[in-house]
Amino acid sequence: MAEGEEPEKKRRRIEELNENMVVDGGSGDHTDWQGRWDHVKKFLERVGPFTHPDFEPSTESLQFLLDTCKILVIGAGGLGCELLKDLALSGFRHIHVVDMDTIDVSNLNRQFLFRPKDVGRPKAEVAADFVNGRVPGCNVVPHFKKIQDLDETFYRQFHIVVCGLDSVVARRWMNGMLLSLLIYEDGVLDPSSIIPLIDGGTEGFKGNARVILPGMTACIDCTLELYPPQINFPMCTIASMPRLPEHCVEYVRMLLWPKEKPFGDGVALDGDDPTHIQWVFQKSLERAAEFSITGVTYRLTQGVVKRIIPAVASTNAVIAAACATEVFKIATSAYVPLNNYLVFNDVDGLYMYTFEAERKENCSACSQVPQDLQFPPSAKLQEILDYLTENASLQMKSPAITTTLDGKNKTLYLQTVASIEERTRPNLNKTLKELGLVHGQELAVADVTTPQTVLFKLNFIS
Amino acid sequence: MTDHKTSKEQKYDRQLRLWGDHGQEALENAHVCLIKATATGTEILKNLVLPGIGAFTIVDGHKVSGEDNCVSITTLSKPKVTCMLNDVVLILQNRAQAATELLQELNSDVSGNFVEESPDKLLDNDPEFFHRFSLVIGVQLPESTCLRLGSVLWDAGVTFLVCRTYGLIGYMRLIVKEHTVIESHPDNALEDLRLDQPFTELKHHIESYDLDSMEKKDHSHTPWIIVVAKYLEKWYSEHNSQLPKNYKEKEAFRQLIREGILTNENGKPEDEENFEEAIKNVNTALNPTKVPSATEDIFNAEQCENITSQSPSFWVMAQGVRDFVRNEGNGKLPVRGTIPDMIADSDKFIKLQNVYRDKAMKDAAVVSKHVKALLQSVGKPPESISEQEIKLFCKNAAFLRVVRCRSLAEEYSMDTFNKDEITSCMDSTDSEKVLYLMLHSVDRFYQQHSRYPGVYNYQVEEDINNLKLCVNSLLQEYSLNVNVKDDYIHEFCRYGAAEPHTVAAFLGGSAAQEAIKIITHQFVPFNNTFLYNAMSQTSATFQL
Repeated sequence: MAEGEEPEKKRRRIEELNENMVVDGGSGDHTDWQGRWDHVKKFLERVGPFTHPDFEPSTESLQFLLDTCKILVIGAGGLGCELLKDLALSGFRHIHVVDMDTIDVSNLNRQFLFRPKDVGRPKAEVAADFVNGRVPGCNVVPHFKKIQDLDETFYRQFHIVVCGLDSVVARRWMNGMLLSLLIYEDGVLDPSSIIPLIDGGTEGFKGNARVILPGMTACIDCTLELYPPQINFPMCTIASMPRLPEHCVEYVRMLLWPKEKPFGDGVALDGDDPTHIQWVFQKSLERAAEFSITGVTYRLTQGVVKRIIPAVASTNAVIAAACATEVFKIATSAYVPLNNYLVFNDVDGLYMYTFEAERKENCSACSQVPQDLQFPPSAKLQEILDYLTENASLQMKSPAITTTLDGKNKTLYLQTVASIEERTRPNLNKTLKELGLVHGQELAVADVTTPQTVLFKLNFIS
Repeated sequence: MTDHKTSKEQKYDRQLRLWGDHGQEALENAHVCLIKATATGTEILKNLVLPGIGAFTIVDGHKVSGEDNCVSITTLSKPKVTCMLNDVVLILQNRAQAATELLQELNSDVSGNFVEESPDKLLDNDPEFFHRFSLVIGVQLPESTCLRLGSVLWDAGVTFLVCRTYGLIGYMRLIVKEHTVIESHPDNALEDLRLDQPFTELKHHIESYDLDSMEKKDHSHTPWIIVVAKYLEKWYSEHNSQLPKNYKEKEAFRQLIREGILTNENGKPEDEENFEEAIKNVNTALNPTKVPSATEDIFNAEQCENITSQSPSFWVMAQGVRDFVRNEGNGKLPVRGTIPDMIADSDKFIKLQNVYRDKAMKDAAVVSKHVKALLQSVGKPPESISEQEIKLFCKNAAFLRVVRCRSLAEEYSMDTFNKDEITSCMDSTDSEKVLYLMLHSVDRFYQQHSRYPGVYNYQVEEDINNLKLCVNSLLQEYSLNVNVKDDYIHEFCRYGAAEPHTVAAFLGGSAAQEAIKIITHQFVPFNNTFLYNAMSQTSATFQL
């Protein structure tokens, strides 16, 4: 009996030791220790009933995570800090992070990679330093830049992109960039050109996370209606009929500041400058007193000027964790990824809802179909401009419209360069017929919401 | 910015906009106990330290192990920790201490403490140790420890939050006898406009308007509340003083208002946004004013009926409002006092707003009289509940909530466990309830084998059978006629009691926010069992 048992016991002891052996980093540095990746290995080296159909247990998956897999994190703020930590502690070692901002005191209640001494420094750099210093073997590369400052060659190197952004415009741009990297051969999408995009967003106690496979599943623009445009107060309310304290602040910001130029000619209102906010606060109080409106406080004033969205650590932790789980699933095929949109709210208990957002057949970003524009020839160019900015599925910010006339490229209207704006402004008041446009005319529209131009086809209606 | 108070205001600005200065104060006066500084535990605490919890104490008898270091950025202490198998020495630092130091570093406003002791030992030698805390959070605890601790905390009236990450499953259980919430901050609250039964001052104010004799400018800038009220009077005269009740009647009422829109010299209707607002709001503006059922339940509760000198101020104020409702209020709550923004000139809007505000103040003053009398009747000074508190209570009277969670003993006991809740929805065999049963089953396994199933690869296959025996004995013992798919038994063996970081982080955020709700008494905590499935990214809450 004993003889038979001994080899078995021995076998088990060896297995236990092997399980805890150092995993050699590809570069030869022994930064892994006993048990370090135990939590991760169980999901990579064992068979399971709920794994992805493509999943095969192996010890190589962990190596892939540690040595090869490259993840791009967009944003090093509330979500970004959490994402970097989650990824680093799940075995990802090659991570790049892009953020154009510097650290502010108000970030410290949740962006935990930063300390009071870091205020003023670039978020991406401080975040990378912190993670690299605390997680041996991890290599986070920071980019203190706007996402628009990086090009195709940069984005193409990543296996997965995960976003923790605070702007719809930036999300759409990122979405457009990954769509532009897709390769079609004879109209068929090459799957190896797909870079999955995982997008998270939070606001107070609400958040969402979604998985986008560009070219295959619903993209950001397919569901643009989920991001309704910000509603600004009507001008007449602000100018002559204020009722709420917010109206008073907007009056000072939009009308009084440009008139009185309290800090000098050409000095714009800086929401981060306490002396500016103090001035706006005082003037808002005066305005409010005129109309017997109560409720103007310093905090309210700053909130209106900076369009502040409340934020806490907990919601960011939850959404980033959900996103990081999806990154792990996709990178390892360990489980079927989220399909494809998750909504979270913990105001009353905890509520989570998952649904499959559908692709839009004529999506302006991912459908590759020229967008339809229906206008009478007597319509003015201004009407097209209004349509591009106001339509819920397009929501462009400052579209530039060009077309080909008489074989030559002509700019019909462009807002972002002052001299061209001035030159093309008269076109807004001309009719489409007057501008020489014909039925079926193709218009190319460029905008901050996308790195590629969007093609429109003009259909004249009577 | 050398002023400490202003720098705290700046640092906490984004969260102060959610729970206010008074919520922050409650947070800063709280002392939370975390039992076990595992990844889940430190993630929870991190999300409490960052917003400025007053103090925390970590109870943990373990040393830092290789596994810990990989999963929580707060238990990492780089210079000291290295690997055993490569001629380098692992310094076995006490986990509680390591975690305390690193968490403390996240926010200098917070005071951190640790006790290097297992919770079971503390329960043996000094159970009253736990009485000093606002909240105790127990993480990755074996069932026996949970039950012991649960019993001590229940008797001491200390709220207990149990959290657990098990593979890709997250679990939370809240245990509190009674938790009252005045500021629940509901997402979509209906306005309190009283159009169905206007109070006297509102009636007078409405009478001061004569729409038919108004110039266009005034007509177009009259608040929609007045417009609806005026047309309601017209409607009453033709419909026997009955409110429009069904869709057909409301549609007819909308049409009546639409006909009141001014027309220009060509007979075309003018652009009167205030009338459009009135038409849009007909649906909700005519809802009969009544006391919501949750508030009604509060009025009927035993704690509201029997006020003593020990009664918390919530119940004293509840009885005060109840008395108001039954007398001066004529069956209605004190007027809330707020109105939504609407198209109107400043003067008309402010005047209307003041009508509601003044009435709210009047009603609150009456409630205050009731409250003071009540306090005196039980021998307490009338100032023990401030005017400010009473005003806040009245303003939120329609949103009051009370959460009562059963004890763990009740959940586990054969006589009182919630069989219906567990077996319902189990027809869908992929429901989160299966996960609950699996967690109980692995606890049984632990009791029998002193370890969790499938920790080492060679154990997985053998343990599947053993775990299945545990599942069956559990189902049998509680007479649960449900089916647990073999797939789940396999999966739970596969997990090997792993605590992957992303699941720990998800739970860390969820649990921390529930803790903040408990401490600030704002927003509504879950009741009482929460399960998260990271495979499907779904969750469910049950009351067990």
